[in-house]
Amino acid sequence: MTSAERDRYMSEIVPPEVRPKPVVPAKPSHVAPHSSGPFVPSPQGTGGEGRGSALLGYIGIDTIIEQMRKKTMKTGFDFNIMVVGQSGLGKSTLVNTLFKSQVSRRTTSWSRDEKIPKTVEIKSVSHVIEEGGVKMKLTVIDTPGFGDQINNENCWEPISKYINEQYEKFLKEEVNIARKKRIPDTRVHCCLYFISPTGHSLRQLDIEFMKHLSRVVNIIPVIAKSDTLTLDEKTEFKQRVRKELEACGIECYPQKEFDEDMEDKSDNDKIREAMPFAVVGSDKEYQVNGKRVLGRKTAWGVVEVENPNHCEFSLLRDFMIRSHLQDLKEVTHNIHYETYRAKRLNDNGGLHPITSSGQDTQESNL
Amino acid sequence: CNRNDKQYVGFATLPNQVHRKSVKKGFDFTLMVAGESGLGKSTLVNSLFLTDLYKDRKLLNAEERINQTVEITKHTVDIEEKGVKLKLTIVDTPGFGDAVNNNECWKPITDYIDQQFEQYFRDESGLNRKNILDNRVHCCLYFIPPFGHGLRPVDVEFMKALHEKVNIVPLISKADCLTPNEVKKLKDRVRDEIEHFGIKVYQFPECDSDEEEEFKQMDKELKECTPFAVIGSNTVVEARGQRVRGRLYPWGIVEVENQSHCDFVKLRNMLIRSHMHDLKDVTCDVHYENYRAHCIQEMTSKLAQDNRTDSPLPILPLPTPDVETERLIKMKDEEVQNNHH
Repeated sequence: MTSAERDRYMSEIVPPEVRPKPVVPAKPSHVAPHSSGPFVPSPQGTGGEGRGSALLGYIGIDTIIEQMRKKTMKTGFDFNIMVVGQSGLGKSTLVNTLFKSQVSRRTTSWSRDEKIPKTVEIKSVSHVIEEGGVKMKLTVIDTPGFGDQINNENCWEPISKYINEQYEKFLKEEVNIARKKRIPDTRVHCCLYFISPTGHSLRQLDIEFMKHLSRVVNIIPVIAKSDTLTLDEKTEFKQRVRKELEACGIECYPQKEFDEDMEDKSDNDKIREAMPFAVVGSDKEYQVNGKRVLGRKTAWGVVEVENPNHCEFSLLRDFMIRSHLQDLKEVTHNIHYETYRAKRLNDNGGLHPITSSGQDTQESNL
Repeated sequence: CNRNDKQYVGFATLPNQVHRKSVKKGFDFTLMVAGESGLGKSTLVNSLFLTDLYKDRKLLNAEERINQTVEITKHTVDIEEKGVKLKLTIVDTPGFGDAVNNNECWKPITDYIDQQFEQYFRDESGLNRKNILDNRVHCCLYFIPPFGHGLRPVDVEFMKALHEKVNIVPLISKADCLTPNEVKKLKDRVRDEIEHFGIKVYQFPECDSDEEEEFKQMDKELKECTPFAVIGSNTVVEARGQRVRGRLYPWGIVEVENQSHCDFVKLRNMLIRSHMHDLKDVTCDVHYENYRAHCIQEMTSKLAQDNRTDSPLPILPLPTPDVETERLIKMKDEEVQNNHH
């Protein structure tokens, strides 16, 4: 890699404002080790003299970024997203729109023979999608039956159980004697919760679900099928929803307490003020002003999914995928999973490490 | 990234997201240097990282060294380049191989490496894993003297004691006392002996089949050049109209960064610019995992001996800090009591 390429590459990653003062490596002395000269400040943390040693001055530490990048590109990434909400709120369509592929199982319409499940089922589907040389194994976990019964008490329990089972699976593998180099990660990194666009307030079920699960998994609430709300109705509804969540002590992703520094806080504050995102999904394209766009065609116009004036789909996508995808995984691993683990350790007084190799579980071995 | 491509979802930015976090956090690397005194270890480290870590060092004379045992010393320096921060720890082993009787002089070193593994294992098994300090040794540069005819018994024994605990990179030190032919002969000899004695030095990973030809060629040259013959220098000299790191002799100037003079550049590129990440990975995925598996097995068999197979194995394998503190308190109490009598 030429140094010009390196420079260009580095400027993509490191935002200019994060650049603290560099520590200048000490100029090599001209004298043999037993110098009785004046005390020279140590290289640690002091400014040192100017760039006199510049031509001898490049070690090459920044290249570790490229080394890491190559490695992670080879191993690939995986991401597990769960969608929760009543049937008909457009969950599958939205996920398909987010990832621009048919990654979620679709029920186009209720056929006569297709019954609403009696209890909440957990159905997961995996696909490998690729973009720009990056391979991602995307798993979409659907929860048909949630909120569809007459009596919906405790319908979050199967979901909570599933999430904890994935933590348990990971923990068991981590405690193993001969553990895999890359532990297969089936933990839920993100839970998209679909709010019905009533325009009034959150429903009791919404609050119950989020109360039980916001401390176990990253929840991102979205207002589904928001093309039934006018701009004013949208703004009011969002404000009311935010107030209600705050009143109930529910913290959705990105959680305030996990902001790492001022930069994170200011980025995340902006996102928190815009949430929940009011979205519309579609996999159909129409011609608008000479461009082909994803949208929904009605008698009164075309709702353009990716038009920020029409709905907040682009905001959701940029936030979730283009900037916070990795952070969603990290919060899951460093916080939710650790909480689960600590609880398990304290409960039993310990875990039994498994000596046998166990069953072969599928690995994200991209 | 404002690509207008219809199908562009945007997760191609994932590597950048991952690395942005790493850049913010910074990296760390622990490098051990081992070999007899006077082989240029400190000078080489200074040359590699453009620092002056050993400024205040006092060199002992022979008499003072008689009673010296092998010590382990650590120097830490924070280096930053182009916004990337590295916390570099150099673990030095003064006294190694300097005594008259060098039996098992590597023991303090293997103990040190094991201690770091143990500490990490303890931390990793504990409850609060947020800020685990990783002091594991990622690479050990072993300095072979250029004066002999290959590996000496102490070299063989040292490397065999360590090759399953740490990545060993053997170096031919002070190579400026050898002619090119002598260097080649010595390298061949050392390579043969390493194979003969079954020493597992650090292996460069294979190139991907889809790598550029230039890279593959460089990789091949690197592999064929080991063990690297190196020269270090703390001084700047004038050579061919430029100021370079070098050593001034009456018969000429040795330039550290001149690839026809020595393999310093190859070593630096390998250690820092192309394989630093892999060295860390192999330490975590191979050496540490071996240690951990061994540790757990020992604990399991010990419990079996004590006839306690039915009770679940605690995930905190060693006495928890509280138990340890209690024990120390008890010891102190007894001491105090004994002093009173």
